[in-house]
Amino acid sequence: MNFELSEDQRMIVDAAVGFVRKQSPVTRMRKLRDDDRGWSPDTWRQMGELGWLGLPFPESIGGFGGSLVDVALVLEQLGTTLVPEPMASSLTAGMTILRAGDEAQHKAWLAPMIEGKASLALAWAERESRYDATKVATSAERIRAGYRLSGHKQFVLDGHAASQLVVSARCDGAVALFVIDATTPGVRVRPLRTLDGRRAAAIDFEDVVFGDDRRLGREGATALAYALDVGAALACAEGVGIMRAVLAMTTEYLRTREQFGVKIGSFQVLQHRAVDMFVELELAYSMALAAAIQVDQPATVSAAKAQLAESGRFVTQQAIQLHGGIGITDEHDVGLYFKRMHALNAMYGDAEYHIARFATLVQSTR
Amino acid sequence: MDLAYSAEHTAFRAEVRAFIAGAMPPHLRAKADIDAHFEHHEVMEWHRILHAKGWVAPHWPVEHGGPGLDATQRFILGEELELANAPQLSPFGLSMVGPAIIEFGTPEQKARFLPKILAGDEVWCQGYSEPNAGSDLASLRTRAIADGDDLLVTGQKTWTTHAQYADWIFCLVRTDPDAKKQSGISFLLIDLKSPGATVKPFLTIGGTPAFCETWFDNVRVPRANLVGQLHGGWTVAKALLGHERTLIAAVGHIGRALRTCRRIAAAQGLTDPAFTAKIARLAIRHRSLEMTNLRSLASAQLGRAPGPESSILKIRGAELLQQCYELAMELMGHDSLAWFPEPGIVPPIESAIAPAFCYLRATTIYGGSNEIQKNIIAKHLLRLA
Repeated sequence: MNFELSEDQRMIVDAAVGFVRKQSPVTRMRKLRDDDRGWSPDTWRQMGELGWLGLPFPESIGGFGGSLVDVALVLEQLGTTLVPEPMASSLTAGMTILRAGDEAQHKAWLAPMIEGKASLALAWAERESRYDATKVATSAERIRAGYRLSGHKQFVLDGHAASQLVVSARCDGAVALFVIDATTPGVRVRPLRTLDGRRAAAIDFEDVVFGDDRRLGREGATALAYALDVGAALACAEGVGIMRAVLAMTTEYLRTREQFGVKIGSFQVLQHRAVDMFVELELAYSMALAAAIQVDQPATVSAAKAQLAESGRFVTQQAIQLHGGIGITDEHDVGLYFKRMHALNAMYGDAEYHIARFATLVQSTR
Repeated sequence: MDLAYSAEHTAFRAEVRAFIAGAMPPHLRAKADIDAHFEHHEVMEWHRILHAKGWVAPHWPVEHGGPGLDATQRFILGEELELANAPQLSPFGLSMVGPAIIEFGTPEQKARFLPKILAGDEVWCQGYSEPNAGSDLASLRTRAIADGDDLLVTGQKTWTTHAQYADWIFCLVRTDPDAKKQSGISFLLIDLKSPGATVKPFLTIGGTPAFCETWFDNVRVPRANLVGQLHGGWTVAKALLGHERTLIAAVGHIGRALRTCRRIAAAQGLTDPAFTAKIARLAIRHRSLEMTNLRSLASAQLGRAPGPESSILKIRGAELLQQCYELAMELMGHDSLAWFPEPGIVPPIESAIAPAFCYLRATTIYGGSNEIQKNIIAKHLLRLA
C-alpha cells in the first residue's frame, strides 16, 4: 500500500501545475468557447512535447511507458482550470487501440497522437444505447478484403476534430471495434456544442468501406468495456481537479466577502457547508486514485464514478450557492466548473448506471 | 502507487482472522453473529483472551506491554475484530488513560496502573463531560481544592460510560478557578470506591445502561494521582486527541453493518432494485471512506502525523454507520417494530438491530460532535473563522 508520488510523478505534477497557472488559466478556456474547434492545436502539440499524450503508451511507439495513474495526475491539474484540449477523450480512444490493436495499428494511430499531431475519438454512444455499450445498432458487414459499415453515433466527445475514430459496430452478431479515418467517404461529422462549452460530434456512417487492417482484434466488447472504464477513471481525476478549484475559490470568497459588517466566512452555517464540500472532495479524491490504480477492476471504477457524481454535484452546486447571485452569472468562473462537472457525470455512465453495475458486481462476488 | 497490502500484512490478516475464529468462545460467537449486545462480563472475558495473546493494547509501546505491531498491523487487527463483531473493548483504559499515563505519568503511576489496565484487572471510565459542559468542555466546574497532600473533589460528571462497572475514573477537574478556562484544569485519577463518590446508571434510547451520572462530594484524592502538571490537564486531554485515527472511521464496523443489511434483505426476500441500489450506494460510500482511511494509514505507516484526510474520518464514519442501521431498519419493515423480541418473532439476524439503530445516534455526538469536528476543520484546514 503506497500513495506516494514517484520522482517521475512529482515532476509530471509540477509541470502540469506550472502549465495551468502560466499558460492555461480559465480565461483561455473562456475564449476558446467561441472558437470553432474549441481548443488549440498549438497547445495540443505542446502537450505532446511535454510527454503527456504518451504517458500510458509503450516506449516503442514514442510513449513514456507509464501508467494510467500518471495520466490521472495530469488530468486532475487540467481540471483545475478547465483546460479544453481533448486529452481525456483522445487518450481513452488511444487506450482502446493499445488494448485491442496490434503493433502495426499502435504505430499507425497512436504515434501521431502521442506527438500531438492528431487526436482520436471513441464513437460508441447511440441514440438508443444510453450507457449500455453492448446495445449497438451500427453494423459492419464483411466484404472482400474489408468491411462496409453503416450507422449513427452521437455525443462522440471531441469527435469534431479527431482524425481517427474508434467505432463500435455489430459484426457477425458480436460487438467489434474499427478505426475509421474521419475523412473516409460516407463519414459525415456534425459538430455539436455541449453545455460545458466544449464540442462533441454526431457522426453518420453511410456505407463506409475500409480494409481489414482497421479492425481492432477479433472481439470488441471486452476492449470497449475497458475503454469506458478508462474514460470513467479519467473523468474522476478531472472532476477532483474541478472540486479542488471550486473549493479554493469558495473558501477565498468566504474569507473576503462582507455582509452584515462581517466576513461571511464567520457564519457557522457557511463554514459547515464548506467543510461538507471538503469531506466530499477528499472521498472523491480517494476513489479517483483507486480507479486510476485499479482501472481493470470494474467495481472500483463504478464506485469511483458514482462517488464522483455524488460528491461533484454537491461541491459544485454548493460552490454556486455560497457565491450567491454572482455564482449564476456567466461572467463568474464557478458556473463553468459546475457545467463541466455535469458533463463528466453524464459521460461513461452516470451515477445510477454505476450504482447498479456496482451492485451486480459486488453481489456476484459475495 | 499501489493499493495492495504487502505479503507480510496479508499474512498477518490471515493470522488475526484464524486467531479470532479459534479463540472466540461459542457463546460470544452466537451473539456476534446477530449483532447482539455484549454484557460487561462478556467484554472482559474477551479482553482477557486478547491479553493472553498479547494483542489487547496494540498501540502501546513494547516496554509497557504492547505487541510491537506497525501502524498497518494495528489497523488490520482492529478491522478484523470489528468485522468479526468481537466484543468491543472499553477504550477508556486501553486507549485513553493508558496512553495518557504512558506519555505524561510518573514512573510510580506507570507501575501502579498500566499492568492492571492490560490484564483487565481494573476497569476505567472517563469523567470529562458535565451537565453544563458538553461541547464546551473547558467550561467544566467540578473542582478540586488542595488539602495538604490531597485534593478534595466536588462536582458532577455525566456520560460516564460504564462507570457502574469501573474501578477508577480519570477526570478533568478545575484546580484554579481564577485562571482562564483551559488553563485552570487538571487531569486526575480517582478511585471510584472512595467515600463520597456515587455512580448512577441510566438507560439509553438503545435500552441498555451504557451511561452513568457520577457525583463527587468532597472526595479525597492523593496529589500523586495527578497526571501531568497541576493545571496542565488540558494539555493531557488534547494530546489524546492527536493520536492516530485510522480506527475512528469504523470501517470494519460499517462493513459488517452492510453485510448485515444484505443478510436482512435476503431474509426478507427483498429483490426490489430500489433496495439493491440503496445498499449499493452505502457500500460505495463505505468504499470511499475505506480508501480515505487507507491514505491515512499509509501516511501513519510512514510515521507522519494525521493529515487533512484523517479529519474527515470521524465525521463520515459516524454518519455512515447511522445510515447503515437506518437502512437495516427500513429493510426489516414491520420487524423493525420488535423490541428485544422473544426468539421466533423475527429472523435472528434482525433481533438486535433496533437497539443498535437507536443507540448509534450517539456516534455523531460522542468524541466531539460532528458539528465540533466541522468547527475544527473550518478553522484549521479551511482557514475560516
